Amino acid sequence: CYYYFLQEILDTHDSISGQITPTELCQKCLSLIKKTKFLNAYITVSEEVALKQAEESEKRYKNGQSLGDLDGIPVAVKDNFSTSGIETTCASNMLKGYIPPYNATVVQKLLDQGALLMGKTNLDEFAMGSGSTDGIFGPVKNPWSYSKQYREKRKQNPHSKNEDSDWLITGGSSGGSAAAVSAFTCYAALGSDTGGSTRNPAAHCGLVGFKPSYGLVSRHGLIPLVNSMDVPGILTRCVDDAAIVLGALAGPDPKDSTTVHDPINKPFMLPSLADVSKLCIGIPKEYLIPELSSEVRSLWSKAADLFESEGAKVLEVSLPHTSYSIVCYHVLCTSEVASNMARFDGLQYGHRCDINVSTEAMYAATRREGFNDVVRGRILSGNFFLLKENYENYFVKAQKVRRLIANDFVNAFNSGVDVLLTPTTLSEAVPYLEFIKEDNRTRSAQDDIFTQAVNMAGLPAVSIPVALSNQGLPIGLQFIGRAFCDQQLLTVAKWFEKQVQFPVIQLQELMDDCSAVLENEKSASVSLKQ
Amino acid sequence: MTQKPRKGEHKWAAVVGLEIHAQISSNSKLFSGSQVRFSAPPNSLVSFFDASLPGTLPVLNRRCVEAAVMTGLALNCHINKKSLFDRKHYFYADLPAGYQITQQRLPIAVNGSLTYGVCAGKKQSQVIPKTVRIKQIQLEQDSGKSLHDDLRSQTLIDLNRAEGQLRVDANISVHHPGEPLGVRTEVKNLNSIRFLAKAIDYEIQRQINELENGGEILNETRSFHYQLGCTMSMRDKEGKQDYRFMPEPNLPPLVLYDATSLPAGADPQQVINIDQIRETLPELPSVTRERLVQQYGMLLEHSFTLLNEVGLLEFFQNVIKETRAEPKKVTSWVLNTFLGYLKQQNLAVSESPVTPSALAELLDLLDSRTISSAAAKQVFEELWKREGKTPGQIVSEKQLELMEDRGALEQLCHSMMEAHPQVVMDLKKGNPRAINKLIGLVRKATQSRADPAMIKEILEKKLSS
Repeated sequence: CYYYFLQEILDTHDSISGQITPTELCQKCLSLIKKTKFLNAYITVSEEVALKQAEESEKRYKNGQSLGDLDGIPVAVKDNFSTSGIETTCASNMLKGYIPPYNATVVQKLLDQGALLMGKTNLDEFAMGSGSTDGIFGPVKNPWSYSKQYREKRKQNPHSKNEDSDWLITGGSSGGSAAAVSAFTCYAALGSDTGGSTRNPAAHCGLVGFKPSYGLVSRHGLIPLVNSMDVPGILTRCVDDAAIVLGALAGPDPKDSTTVHDPINKPFMLPSLADVSKLCIGIPKEYLIPELSSEVRSLWSKAADLFESEGAKVLEVSLPHTSYSIVCYHVLCTSEVASNMARFDGLQYGHRCDINVSTEAMYAATRREGFNDVVRGRILSGNFFLLKENYENYFVKAQKVRRLIANDFVNAFNSGVDVLLTPTTLSEAVPYLEFIKEDNRTRSAQDDIFTQAVNMAGLPAVSIPVALSNQGLPIGLQFIGRAFCDQQLLTVAKWFEKQVQFPVIQLQELMDDCSAVLENEKSASVSLKQ
Repeated sequence: MTQKPRKGEHKWAAVVGLEIHAQISSNSKLFSGSQVRFSAPPNSLVSFFDASLPGTLPVLNRRCVEAAVMTGLALNCHINKKSLFDRKHYFYADLPAGYQITQQRLPIAVNGSLTYGVCAGKKQSQVIPKTVRIKQIQLEQDSGKSLHDDLRSQTLIDLNRAEGQLRVDANISVHHPGEPLGVRTEVKNLNSIRFLAKAIDYEIQRQINELENGGEILNETRSFHYQLGCTMSMRDKEGKQDYRFMPEPNLPPLVLYDATSLPAGADPQQVINIDQIRETLPELPSVTRERLVQQYGMLLEHSFTLLNEVGLLEFFQNVIKETRAEPKKVTSWVLNTFLGYLKQQNLAVSESPVTPSALAELLDLLDSRTISSAAAKQVFEELWKREGKTPGQIVSEKQLELMEDRGALEQLCHSMMEAHPQVVMDLKKGNPRAINKLIGLVRKATQSRADPAMIKEILEKKLSS
């Protein structure tokens, strides 16, 4: 049968105007969610809500009053964003059953644009992790584990008879959102990015993973991990879609005092870059580390060559304090975590233990029961760093190092570089059984290496899927831009995306019995124009 | 090893620092949009942020910042153009976030002073001006209210947080002058001036006694036991609290401007101009006191008294406006007679049965010598009865007009002297008190309508002739 890959929000928007109804589209996505349940991408599927929203969207289209490009478009939201009336758990026992009374600003903005909320996606507990394996609802499976591209390569090297025991991780912590988008259950998903949590799973799942500049998008309603580094992240299948979503989300929010007030030009339409001859690409030499897989290194090198061959200037730059960033990040991250988690005491909301001997005993038991090892470990570390006798040596020192790291980027950009090009991850996605051989802290330290300095500097960055590895798995590369030059960054990324023509995931088994909702056939990379 | 000092060997000096928690008068809270209202039902004025729902962020209240700047200016502080917010962590049921947002590193105002008057001397009538240093003024969140239900072994929390009370913590230490400061203790949560004074006095004495007996003072927190009038240790089982201060990441530095640093084209809604706020300050008490002394020739201590009683200054100024009498007379009547009556009956100025107009009329009668000062006091007492009569009416009703006929008075004096030869003889012998007796007799004969000063003058004249 023919199957229809709805790559682009704009095209689908046009389709909705003519050929497919929001309700039909919604039902298709809901059906896909059911079919891909084994991926464990969703914690909550808000079926009734989505169908109701679809109905309203349909009315608007009928009356010629569509709210914009996102009207009727299914989206998913990571379960650390507050959604009014819909359970928000952060994949933790501490918030199991917690139903917020308000929407995060970014969620509200999506809803105001008419987007359909398909559900809340799975993550590492409280967004702590790089595999989406450490939440109470279990790990998320990478859809590429079931792709034709991967399976065919595996047949050449048969390992175990049980094919599903070797499923791959999505990366994290926004793995649920990544899997949801990758498996076509929605067009865009919100993730969060504190050290790479949107870009990392994007790279592993063959998606565009965008981290906006800190201060561009409101954090009100995003349950915080590290307030000074968190941003809402966007996962989509192509750069144009990410730009559309960013256009809906960007802008100052009076409820978030860390958003900036400069007016943002809306809508966020990306120009098509004709040529890159005026562009200067920086390659940070400290990012070339032994742990980097040869495949990723090779693709990185090819990408640099591509820019050069198309007329761009490609320079080696130095970010000399790179080697300190992991340890600096851990001190600052755990310190803020210790502080942010102090509110979880079982009194006002969330889990409360059965002990009522004393307030202290209640607090202690509630927090022991509510948090997993990873969270508790970070709280203890963070409290250690914040003790009076340690504060100067750890926290203040780390802030100073953070300033040096941020300055490294400023200096690089001041030397004429427009955009930096780096790997996103050390390698392609690994099997779950291999991933869990090391603990969360070790993995996070390893996997965040290319991504977390960006959070410390508050810069925009995006992971773009480049090519498949020898094993048929996606590899992404990262572009880092100047602060608040998000549009320019995405413009470069869009050009690059067009050049590399990353293949569409072939999830044959899922599509085989899907009924043709649309009559138009669409090939992998050619966009459908009316 | 330190030598045990003998009791009373050295003088002691005490150092007291006060941490005063005063709630800002504003419509909504410091960081959330929820309203502030007294006596609202528990937990009815709680926003998502107040309940510390995850994902909520603090937003600074402009009016609170303005109030802090005004307070800083009124207390002669240096206003920090940049100040920072911090988190102070501790676990307690009335602190839902597990931390309080405060200004520990860099508060909004520093290095101020307050001049005040201390009553001293005999009868506490002398006022000595003193100055206290204001170390800093900082903005911070208030915690909720805890109500301990001992019967059911539970604590109820009300997160409305509008108490409207002043709360003071006192830090107290003693030392010998010339030596380093002693270890200090903190006495927490005093909410009346009277108990504050008692607690401080007690603690100073306790520390002196302890040290003179060879003991030592622990750096600890104590509470004041109201009934017993003593402080008691509140020893924390886990040892001293470490608040793990950390910058508040959700609030950028608070930047204030003045006329010179204000950026051109700045949106007035978005910026706070210190100079503009300074212009809106009312006349400060020290300026008012100075003005009163200059303008009305009153003593400094009088100015303190006038300002320390709510509404008294206004009352005074209204009397001044309406009367011909000398300001010094007005001052005396307001501060002695009027205030005396108020205090005796524990009334506020607003509850006074005597209006400024009434007192002004009375003082005019006195000033025009229509009545004597003794008669005036009588009239005042009548006015206080709130029977709705004017001073003029009372004077005519009670026939209190001063006797104007000097001739008749002279005759009266003469006859009184004749009637009491013994008193006259005492007088001639040199007994000074005898004349008062005579004056009294004459006065009585005139039904107090004669001016005692005039009687005295006539008598003296007669005696000398």
